[in-house]
Amino acid sequence: MSADTITRMFGGAWLGPAVMLLACAAGGANAQDLLIRNATVHTAGARGSLDNTDVLVRGGIIQAVGPALAAPAGMTVVEADGRPLTPALFGGITEIGIEEVSGESSTVDSTLKLGEQPLRPEFDVTLAYNPASVLVPVARVEGIGFTALGAHTGGGFVAGQGGVVRLDGSADPIGPRALYLRLGSAAAELTGQSRAAQWMLLQQMVDEARGRVGADSPHALLTPAGRRTLSDYLAGNGRIIVEVDRASDIRQLLRWAAREKVKVAIAGGAEAWQLAAELAQAHVPVFVDGLGNLPGTFDQIGATLENAARLHRAGVEVSFAQSGDASHNARKVRQLAGNAVAHGLPWADALAGLTRVPAQAMGVGERIGSIEPGKLADLVLWEGDPLDVAHYAEQVWLGGRAMPMRSRQTELRDRYLRRTASP
Amino acid sequence: MHQLLRAGIGLALLSLASAPATGASRFIQDPYPSTYQPRGGEAVLIHNGTVLTGTGERLDDADVLLRDGKVVEVGRSLQAGADVRRVDARGRWVTPGLIDVHSHLGVYPSPGVGAHSDGNEMTAPVTANVWAEHSVWPQDPGFAEALAGGVTSMQVLPGSANLVGGRGVTLKNVPATTYQAMKFPGAPWGVKMACGENPKRVYGGKGTAPGTRMGNVAGYRAAFIDASEYIARNTAKPAKRKRWFSGDGDDSAGDSGGKRDLKLDTLAGVIQGDIRVHIHCYRADEMSTMLDLADEFGFKVAAFHHGVEAYKLADRLAADGVCAALWADWWGFKMEAFDGIQENIALVDRPANSCAIVHSDSPEGIQRLNQEAAKVIAAARRADMPTITPEHAITWMTANAARALGIEQQTGTLEPGKNADVVVWNGNPFSSYALADEVFIDGFRYYDRTGPAGKPISDFRLGQEVR
Repeated sequence: MSADTITRMFGGAWLGPAVMLLACAAGGANAQDLLIRNATVHTAGARGSLDNTDVLVRGGIIQAVGPALAAPAGMTVVEADGRPLTPALFGGITEIGIEEVSGESSTVDSTLKLGEQPLRPEFDVTLAYNPASVLVPVARVEGIGFTALGAHTGGGFVAGQGGVVRLDGSADPIGPRALYLRLGSAAAELTGQSRAAQWMLLQQMVDEARGRVGADSPHALLTPAGRRTLSDYLAGNGRIIVEVDRASDIRQLLRWAAREKVKVAIAGGAEAWQLAAELAQAHVPVFVDGLGNLPGTFDQIGATLENAARLHRAGVEVSFAQSGDASHNARKVRQLAGNAVAHGLPWADALAGLTRVPAQAMGVGERIGSIEPGKLADLVLWEGDPLDVAHYAEQVWLGGRAMPMRSRQTELRDRYLRRTASP
Repeated sequence: MHQLLRAGIGLALLSLASAPATGASRFIQDPYPSTYQPRGGEAVLIHNGTVLTGTGERLDDADVLLRDGKVVEVGRSLQAGADVRRVDARGRWVTPGLIDVHSHLGVYPSPGVGAHSDGNEMTAPVTANVWAEHSVWPQDPGFAEALAGGVTSMQVLPGSANLVGGRGVTLKNVPATTYQAMKFPGAPWGVKMACGENPKRVYGGKGTAPGTRMGNVAGYRAAFIDASEYIARNTAKPAKRKRWFSGDGDDSAGDSGGKRDLKLDTLAGVIQGDIRVHIHCYRADEMSTMLDLADEFGFKVAAFHHGVEAYKLADRLAADGVCAALWADWWGFKMEAFDGIQENIALVDRPANSCAIVHSDSPEGIQRLNQEAAKVIAAARRADMPTITPEHAITWMTANAARALGIEQQTGTLEPGKNADVVVWNGNPFSSYALADEVFIDGFRYYDRTGPAGKPISDFRLGQEVR
């Protein structure tokens, strides 16, 4: 840990005085070594929540989780004083780093609008990811350590690919890509004004990708690259994330996924609870909007705040994704989880929905999403309950490295906090 | 200055009346009057709760007595007769009913189909002639969900496409077949204005004015110049000042302005201080411009809405007695929202005589104004600002909101004589886990989370309820 980081971590008023640096050798301490002592560790893993527990990190990897661990000489030690320690949170399906100002198209790279041949599954938004985006620290200081970059439906109902990025400033995604598509009324205008055509077009794309339509067919929907991409997903590599709300559409999706043997997940899923048993049986995770209870469209007539709880009770793996301003306000994802708890989802499962479940659903569960030896030390120490908006993240570590708890917003805040009169 | 005083003082007096008094300016006559009738209900003693009065006070283990639709008494160990129903609030918190100063419920209802898009009259940049109430669909299922979030009153506004979008209306959040039956008796109208990107994008995009921010300001000024002239033409002049060349001399009853102009009626009502000005305005510099505009034409700004940069102008807003109705955390969705910070409300709240308000502009947000405030309290604590107490934060969505809407004589606090608009929460309301248990409007319990009465079900939901 550099002296500068320590100053920023411990010199600022935003950090509670109870976090104390006990030992840090003048030289030799690795920036990615750390002992967090006496935390309430919510592992989001098999061991559940552990009181009075230490977490030892070496080289950015969690080494041990247990009581009274010894700190090797010179290691940075953080006293948690019983406060909650969680895995760094999932920020939802967002456009962090692929959009800067939503209303300014010159800053937005999440959406492909090609007039001719709009169906381009090979489109990959991770290539546009900008780790220097101001959105990255804004989300990170709130305890968010990773997000699923999502391609956004523009020219076609198949939006393209995204992937998981960790918000540590690294340039590249980790894990496999995911393919995004949208079904139902929200995509009908892209499919000839009927949701029925979505299955027609999807079937033809599958036929092309499986080689059942000649590459030189004048009716081809996909480019050669698109066929290759889609065939990867049809072979079970990577998950297809489907934004869909109406129960009848979800039923069709489950049939299609079973027939084509593809891994799918649902995003939104306002009426998913009506098919909870089927979703559980098919092992389809659902990213729910935990605040959605209005029939914003006719696809969402069955929307309820109990969606997450009902899905969970049936055995569905539940995570969270926002409608609305998911990227700039990714931090609101904690509020979704907390409200799901208020409406019946067990607390531990709500936390899992922000950590282990999305990591596994996106194919990166071996590396992140829980506090277990061997996992990356992506950790957050909280001032209080992480699922309650009444509390905040005190310190975030990614890969064992203490992240500066600063963002463009804290800079603005501090400028005007100090100012006593408006000029 | 005269107009400023009139706006500041006159409105408070006006708001006491149940309808515009006889002799009220013709600009604010109401052919669509409120038909709201309080349902009354039994006397209720909410006892042994943690009471946030909305006046900045917190009373622990305290009681609130409601009778005849009014708050009768607030204090410890209140005595009440056997006829009074008792609500045990041990472990629960009691607050005034929440008030959202910025809602589009009813005018942009759920489901959001094309036929329901009634919030923006995007056909001209100044549509002060339109009234949001004429677009309100009382069957919007969002009303009941807002009620479940503790919201008892709200201002429904036109959208922000226009420089002047039209009149807003303050409603009581009661289930009704007509909007008149929701219309808050005696509440003054608001007018919705908008700064910045929206008007210039909507009209500039069509190749018509305004296409720039300077075009926006020219548009407001032209409209208020017309309104000033309209007032002059419609004001009965003392006989000694009559001139033979007075053009409108033959008009009836001293109203010499000729044919009524609905657009100018609204703007004249603004200048005369009878219609309250609510301005959608994000940037601090534009708020300053609008304050100068208000001075130029002699009106007062009741509140800036959305103001993500209000924190940069907090002292001026407080000094001028202008409220700022804000989100806790929305930012970045457009350029004028790029400087949003989570401490905005806390910084606006900081100066003496400030008027910070939590607002929603959202059918989701209106259900959780309490949680928005909770975020602000946490952000302020993180920034090492002085502790914001629950009894203070509750004023952001009760007393301050009532003040901005001109209904502070009727609601917004738990004081004897006020309307019995009350929420009983399942705990501290400033939490993700907080839920309203019971919500009273004028003493009638319209929402009961765990009881058989439940919440109102709109006609739209019938036959497709979520069970």
